[in-house]
Amino acid sequence: MTGAVPALSRTRGFISRRVGSPKPVLMAGILMVAFWVVIAFAAPWIAPYDPNVHDYGAVLSPPSATHWLGTDMFGRDILSRIIHATIVDLQIGVLGVVLPFVLGTFIGLIAGYFGGVIDMVLMRLLDIMLAFPWLILLMAIIAVLGPGLYSFYIAITLVGWVSYARLVRSQVLVLKSSDFVMAARALGYGDMRIMLRHILPNALVASIVFSMSDVVLVLLAGASVSYLGMGVQPPTAEWGVMIAEGQTFITTAWWIPAFPGVAIVLMALGFSLLADGLAEQLDVDP
Amino acid sequence: MGRYGFVLHRPLQLIPVLIGISLISFFLLHAVPGDPIRTLLGERTSPEVVASLRARYGLDQPLLVQYFYYVRNLLGGDLGESIVYKVPISDLLARRTQATGFLLVYSTVLSILVTLPLAVVAALYRGRLPDQIIRGFSTFGLGFPTFWLGLMLIIVFSVGFGWFPVGGYGNSFIEHLHHLFLPSLTIALALSAILIRTMRASLLQTLGADFVMAARAKGLSPRWIFNRHVLRNSLIPAINLLGVNIGWMIGGTVVVETVFSIPGLGQLMVKSIFSRDYQVVQSLTLVFACATVFVSFVVDVITVALDPRISQ
Repeated sequence: MTGAVPALSRTRGFISRRVGSPKPVLMAGILMVAFWVVIAFAAPWIAPYDPNVHDYGAVLSPPSATHWLGTDMFGRDILSRIIHATIVDLQIGVLGVVLPFVLGTFIGLIAGYFGGVIDMVLMRLLDIMLAFPWLILLMAIIAVLGPGLYSFYIAITLVGWVSYARLVRSQVLVLKSSDFVMAARALGYGDMRIMLRHILPNALVASIVFSMSDVVLVLLAGASVSYLGMGVQPPTAEWGVMIAEGQTFITTAWWIPAFPGVAIVLMALGFSLLADGLAEQLDVDP
Repeated sequence: MGRYGFVLHRPLQLIPVLIGISLISFFLLHAVPGDPIRTLLGERTSPEVVASLRARYGLDQPLLVQYFYYVRNLLGGDLGESIVYKVPISDLLARRTQATGFLLVYSTVLSILVTLPLAVVAALYRGRLPDQIIRGFSTFGLGFPTFWLGLMLIIVFSVGFGWFPVGGYGNSFIEHLHHLFLPSLTIALALSAILIRTMRASLLQTLGADFVMAARAKGLSPRWIFNRHVLRNSLIPAINLLGVNIGWMIGGTVVVETVFSIPGLGQLMVKSIFSRDYQVVQSLTLVFACATVFVSFVVDVITVALDPRISQ
C-alpha cells in the first residue's frame, strides 16, 4: 500500500489500487460465501429428496443413514429442505442489502453534494429514523403492508437506507473539497459527471465493507421475521420458517429446529468473515 | 450552566425528534389500507352509521387536524382503544410493561457479566490463544439468530435438564428471575458478541494510554493499575455502547418474548400484527421509540456523571 497516490489517478481503479493478495480472514470469508452460493444454485441436483414431498411412513424420524438430518412432522427430509432454502435466504441477505444500498447511496450522494436545505432535511430525518428500534419499525411497516417476502423487501429498504445515506454523505462531504474534484470542476465537468464518475466510486468503499456486515443483520432479520410468520410463508422452505415449524416438536424432535439454525449461523459467519477481511484488506473502519 | 446543564436543555433538543416519531407513527396508522370503521363494524353496515362513526372519531376531518387531535390525546396519556381487547391501550400496555422492563434489565446485567470477564481476558492476552478463542466466539456469535438460540437453550436446559421452565413469567420476584433467566441469557449472549469486540478495543486503547504508562513507572502493581485505572476508564465506552444497543435489545425482546411466551410488550406487538389491531401496533412502535430516546438520554447523563471531562 502506498501512502501518496497521485490525486487524479485515484478516480479510477479505486479497488485494485488498494488491494494486495487476500489475507486469511478474507479468503475464509470468500470460500464460505462461495460454498453457499454453489449450494443455492446446485440445490436441485445435490438435494437427496424433494423438499416438499410428504412421506407419512417417515414422520419425525431422527437423523439416520437414509435421512442424514432427520425428517419433520410431514416426513419431509430436513437436509433437502435446508439445501433448497439456501437460495431463499441468500436472496434475502443480498437483495435486502442491495435495495437499501442503492436508495441510501442515491440520497446520501445528493444530500452531501448539494448540501443546503436538502441536507438539513435529510439529517433531521436520519435523527428521527435512528430513534426507532430497527426491528420494530421493520415489523410496523410489514404490519401495514401485510405479511410476505415482498413486504419484507419494501420494509427493509425503507428502514435500511439510513445507514448507507449517512455513510455516503460523510464521504461525499470530504471528497467534495478534495483536489481531484477541484481539478474536475476546473476542467468544466458538469455536476452529474463529477458526482457519478469522480465522487461516487471513491465514496463507495466504506459502504461496500459495511454492506457485508449488513448482510448478516438483514439475513437474521429476514429469518426472524419469517420465524414470526411475517416473511416467507410456508410451505416454502426457508430456515426461519423451518425453525418455527419445529418449535412445536422441541420435546420430541430437536433436529427439526436445530439444523436450519446451524445453516443460518454458518452463512452469517461467511459474511462476517468477508466483512472483517475486507475491512482489514482495504484498511477501512466503517 | 455547569456540568449537568445539558440535563435541562437537552430535552428541548429532543422535541423535534419526538415530533418526528409521532408523525411517523401517525402516518403508519393511516397508511393501513381500508377504512378502519368498516373493518371494525363489518362490510354490511349502512353508510349512514359508518359516516356518523367517522364523524364521532374525527376521521372526517383533514389529516392535519386529525394529527393535532392525535398529539393532544397522546399528551393526555390517551393512546386510543384496542379493537381486539376492547380496553384502553394505555391500560393494556401498563400491564405488560413490567415483564419487558424486567427482561431488558435482566439481560443488560447478564450481558455485562458475560462481556466484562471475556473482554478483560482477551485484552490481557492480546494476540495469544485465549484472545483468539474469545474473538472467534464473538465473530461466530454475531450470526446467532436470537429465536434459534432461545430454542436451543430450551431444548438443552428446559427439556433436557429440566432446570428452567419452557416459558412464562411467573408470579413473584424469585419466579421472574427463574422464568426469565433463559430469555435474558439469550439476549445477553447475542448482545455480548457485539459488546466484547468494542470493550476489548477500548481496554486495549486504555492499556496503551500515557497515564497507564505513568502508573506503571510509579511502580504500582499491575492488578492495581488494571482495576483502578484501566477498567474504570473503559467502563464509559461500555456503558455508552449499551445505550447505543438499546434499540437492538428492544427488537430482541419482541422475538424472545414470542419464543418463551412471555406476556410482555413484544409479544403483544406480534399478536397485534396478526390480529390487525393496528392502533396497538402503532402505539407500541411509538412507545418503543420513545423508550429508546429516553434510555439514550439517561445513558448520556450517566456518562457525564462518570466522567467529569465530558460536558456539553
